[in-house]
Amino acid sequence: MNATVEKRSKPRVAVHKFSSCDGCQLAFLNLGEDLLTLAERVDLVHFAEAGPLDPDAEVDISFVEGSVSTPEDLERIHHIRAHSRLVIAIGACATSGGIQGLRNGVFDEQWVTQIYSHPEAIASLESSTPISSHVKVDFELWGCPINSQQMLAAVNALLLGVAPRDNADKVCTECKRSGTPCVMVTRGIACMGPVTRAGCGALCPGLGRDCYGCYGPAENANTAALAAQFSRQGLARLAVAQRFELINSQAPAFLAAADKLRTGGHD
Amino acid sequence: MTEQKRTVAIHVPVLARVEGEGALDLRIDDGDITQLRLRIFEPPRFFEKFLEGRHYTDIPDMVARICGICPVAYQVTAAQALEKLFGIELSPWARDMRRVFYCGEWIQSHSLHIHLLAAPDFFGCGNAIELARLAPEEVRRGLRLQALGNELMDLFGARSVHPVGVRVGGFHGAPSADRIDAVRQKLRAALPEAEALIRWAAAIPLPPDDQTFVSVGMRHPDRYAIETGDIAASDGLLIGADAFDVHFAEQHEPHSTALFSSYHGQPYLVGPLARLNLNRDRLPGSVNTLLAEIGFALPSRNIFQSLLARAVEILLALQEALRLLDGYQVPDSPWVPVTPRAGVATGCTEAPRGLLWHRYEMDDDGRVVNARIVPPTSQNQGRIEEDLRLSLLAFGLDHPDDTLRLHCEKVIRNYDPCISCATHFLNLNVERT
Repeated sequence: MNATVEKRSKPRVAVHKFSSCDGCQLAFLNLGEDLLTLAERVDLVHFAEAGPLDPDAEVDISFVEGSVSTPEDLERIHHIRAHSRLVIAIGACATSGGIQGLRNGVFDEQWVTQIYSHPEAIASLESSTPISSHVKVDFELWGCPINSQQMLAAVNALLLGVAPRDNADKVCTECKRSGTPCVMVTRGIACMGPVTRAGCGALCPGLGRDCYGCYGPAENANTAALAAQFSRQGLARLAVAQRFELINSQAPAFLAAADKLRTGGHD
Repeated sequence: MTEQKRTVAIHVPVLARVEGEGALDLRIDDGDITQLRLRIFEPPRFFEKFLEGRHYTDIPDMVARICGICPVAYQVTAAQALEKLFGIELSPWARDMRRVFYCGEWIQSHSLHIHLLAAPDFFGCGNAIELARLAPEEVRRGLRLQALGNELMDLFGARSVHPVGVRVGGFHGAPSADRIDAVRQKLRAALPEAEALIRWAAAIPLPPDDQTFVSVGMRHPDRYAIETGDIAASDGLLIGADAFDVHFAEQHEPHSTALFSSYHGQPYLVGPLARLNLNRDRLPGSVNTLLAEIGFALPSRNIFQSLLARAVEILLALQEALRLLDGYQVPDSPWVPVTPRAGVATGCTEAPRGLLWHRYEMDDDGRVVNARIVPPTSQNQGRIEEDLRLSLLAFGLDHPDDTLRLHCEKVIRNYDPCISCATHFLNLNVERT
């Protein structure tokens, strides 16, 4: 598929939501006056939180927030794919299954009965999975949450007729560019920056704290070396595993790293 | 219509402009409401379960993910509960800046709700983009206030959605005095804008409404309760966070994935209007003068005044942030060291949508044994159903379905329900016989 939008009348855009916290939709709703400008450049045909409702409309671009976590979600994502020229998954939930992916592999029916007194009324899949597990995804914006710049850059690229740029570099590169002292080297903090995808602007090291991996794995992430480094810094095996098991626990690189630690694969 | 012995069943996607997925089942038999249920089918995310076994240092980053619109409320409530258990005394700087940070979230969330979610209802518009054609200056003013709220959150959290600055014991970092100076100028410039917003909101014609309900919210001995205080009810209750369970109960109804809360067996109201009803005497004098001038009488029994209540709290939050940032100095350390201990931690704060209560049982190593979180929207759920019933009866049932649906939406949006976690639909099923 040609990953761009034809230059014709205003592109038709939908924003859909699955299991999530709504935070990535704020990349739109926090735009301020730019939101009004965006509404002039594209035709927002479906964006329930903002008002427009037309979930069945044929659209050029569907932004999809959230993970697939209920039987109904499964049907809906296929429906959206069938009616969208491009599907863009936004945020950790849509790209890796999100924080609720922490239930995958450990989900127990008792969880439902412990919280709900009518468990038969709760429809929930055992796993929380990313959009790409179910349908073809044309582009992914990683991050928990994504920010407005990421979203606008993608929209602008598509409006110009080019594919959005994918930055899978590491957070470390952002610290270097901004001149932020390395928190791991200078203060011995167990930072996930060396294996985490750039895009946030290295916010956490900027505050003097550890990156906790909310943008997901970077390309060629050397998780084994980082896990070994965390061990040398004095973190117990479980604590090292939990570093990979947070916001993007189901992203393949982080999942494999944590599994290895839990089964004794790392030193 | 009531004389017609027929059944009308309509399935209409309705409630846009709320945060979450809900449906309303309404059945009318012979002119009477025989069924009225607000159904919430937010997919459960099981936060309480996967918090188990996590170290206390992870909690603020994890609970933020419950809500993209009010992450500060979750972070601050969790930190406050754990600090109490661990016997931590925050530095005066951190105590004040927690309140400033929280004010940012109120300004952001309230501005978003007023302009993007609720106000279009009162002007016959489908959404804020339509409203912006009708009232461009007012919508732009609202978006500026929302941006300023985000900027305050950004100061302490580096971003406004899932900020990264809160840690148990204080903050990870402190903003520079230069950044604070720049924001203070914007806060000062925003004061007249917030006043104008209040006057604009007060001039919106509201449906008449007069209902009896219990207001529940926090009270502080000398301030308008935001990030700290006790739990109060309009019938005179005043308790600490640790006694919440004695007076409030949660139960599961099969039609909802959010638990219903009750106070001594009754529904109750939380949120901006409940807070104002309980805390008029904690408002600054200038705000009270303005309220008298515009004729906003408290306590209010008209839930449609919730939009105005949010506008009032925006002004209050701007004033509070300015007051607390006066004479700002970068502290020696933005946090104090923490040593965990085992026990039960409870805490509460006033999230933008109302009382938020957390309870954590912790082990000796500072790991979670179990967790419970009671968010504002589940507390309001029973009250929304009760309100809809009374409000529809007062409105009259002999209206076309679309008119009934719009009225229901307006009522529901007063509560700014945050059903975060699903598609944002309210499907209204009206059945008439």
